[in-house]
Amino acid sequence: MRNVSTIYQREIKSYFYSPIAYVVISVFLIASGFFFAGNLQFWQEASLKGSLDSIQFFLLLLTPVITMKLFADETKSGTIETLMTSPVTDFDVVFGKFLAALSLYVVMILPTWIYVIFLTIFGNPDFGPIFSSYIGLVLMGSLFVSVGLLISSFTKNQVVAAVIGIVSLIILWVIGFLSSYGDGWFYETLRYAGTFDHWESFTKGIVDTRDVIYYLSFTALLLFITVRNVESRKWR
Amino acid sequence: MINVKNLTKRYVNINAVDNITFNVEENETVGLLGPNGAGKTTTMRILTCFMPATAGTATVAGFDVFTDSLNVRQQIGYLPENVPLYLDMRVNEYLMFRAKLKNIPRRERRKKIDYCLDLTGIRDVQNQITGTLSKGYKQRVGLADTLIHDPKILILDEPTIGLDPNQIMQIRQVIRGLGEKHTVLLSTHILPEVEMICDRIMIIDKGKIVAMDTPANLMKQLKSSSNVILEIKGDGGKIKSSLSGIDSVRSVTWKEKEDANEFYVEGSGEDDIREDIFNCIVKENYILREMKRQPITLEEVFHQITTKETEEVSGNA
Repeated sequence: MRNVSTIYQREIKSYFYSPIAYVVISVFLIASGFFFAGNLQFWQEASLKGSLDSIQFFLLLLTPVITMKLFADETKSGTIETLMTSPVTDFDVVFGKFLAALSLYVVMILPTWIYVIFLTIFGNPDFGPIFSSYIGLVLMGSLFVSVGLLISSFTKNQVVAAVIGIVSLIILWVIGFLSSYGDGWFYETLRYAGTFDHWESFTKGIVDTRDVIYYLSFTALLLFITVRNVESRKWR
Repeated sequence: MINVKNLTKRYVNINAVDNITFNVEENETVGLLGPNGAGKTTTMRILTCFMPATAGTATVAGFDVFTDSLNVRQQIGYLPENVPLYLDMRVNEYLMFRAKLKNIPRRERRKKIDYCLDLTGIRDVQNQITGTLSKGYKQRVGLADTLIHDPKILILDEPTIGLDPNQIMQIRQVIRGLGEKHTVLLSTHILPEVEMICDRIMIIDKGKIVAMDTPANLMKQLKSSSNVILEIKGDGGKIKSSLSGIDSVRSVTWKEKEDANEFYVEGSGEDDIREDIFNCIVKENYILREMKRQPITLEEVFHQITTKETEEVSGNA
């Protein structure tokens, strides 16, 4: 666990040494602020539901930008060789990087609490759905980050990692919608696999263990595959 | 300290390392010598647990590189070929990160970092960002990282490549100093370098060990070059014809320099032709300004060793 924290600290520092953290956070805040204002004006309602649905789309675009460098950069610069010949396990490395990217994600969405403050000043919002939405956002973030991390471990090109990451997350988002085209186990599986359905119940104020398990187990699976992929240099 | 037995690493269609066996004793400095693509880096990557072998076993400090890899990695300091560093960190910060990663107890970290900064002479740049350092300084930061946890075994992949002559001298001195208390395995393709710092040389070509001995023995075994370089004052054409007249000389080429001529004389056999040349020059009364044997090059070493092997094989058959 000490190695996880060593790697975590380095990754966090590296985010703030490079422009990535600042660019991603500012782009996100500009976009989400715009949608918050738009939704508020249109619905005249003291809730975050509409804004968070739009914000979710930006998370989908920006999370892969956070995760793109995690492995791609190490492979390209060769630092993977010094890292992996240090006395650390592959899991330490993967988990440290995962936590670092997730932390940046949380830092990115934290300032949106200012919208909640605005809502309480000018209206009387229901805090239940707002709290559960943020739980949902963090869980969804862990899934998005692990998708991006896995893809970054397959390539040494950061741009490729980001683009494939975004495409994968969009696919994950829309396969849920396909379930409305039919019935039966196939469409049911699509509905379950898609992220949107699980997200929606959080915005309604429901923290359903099924949804929590969906996000956590999916994240765990992806992290497991990432560890295996990092190991795979050994048997390829 | 390092025991390698029948080690093979096979890529899709070539054997990068082909059934090699060798030992490195404690506190011994062994040089791995070979042309590009000979399998030096692959061997080192296997020993540092970066990639496993296809077949064979290797133990480092008593631990198997495949089953006990974490223990092995704690015992070794590895400097990869291009010295990869995190280019956004400061030197101090980078070494602190590496010290933590290598499980150095908290209160010893600062002391060890200071020691390594002094040993590799990078104290002046300790607060610089590694990305802004010159190649030579990056190399030293890499070396400092390699030494930070005081490993028993150092594995250095081309530690002097890309450095200027002064830096090469300094790094060689550092390595020679370390060789007294550490087991060192280093790779290079510079012949004088291994002669200077290694107790033993291992020549590797196409994944196979072609020779392994002390530098002195190896040099003795190798036939020295019979080619001679001369600088003689006088009429070039005339001198050339008299030099060509010597029985043991195969060919003579020359070019004019400012006030003398430089001759390149190739001997016909393997015997030393310098005495014959000397006698000839004395007889003709030329003014000799310089005579030296052409130093043996790595290419010639390879040529000699590989051809000697084929001769032996064909002789046995």
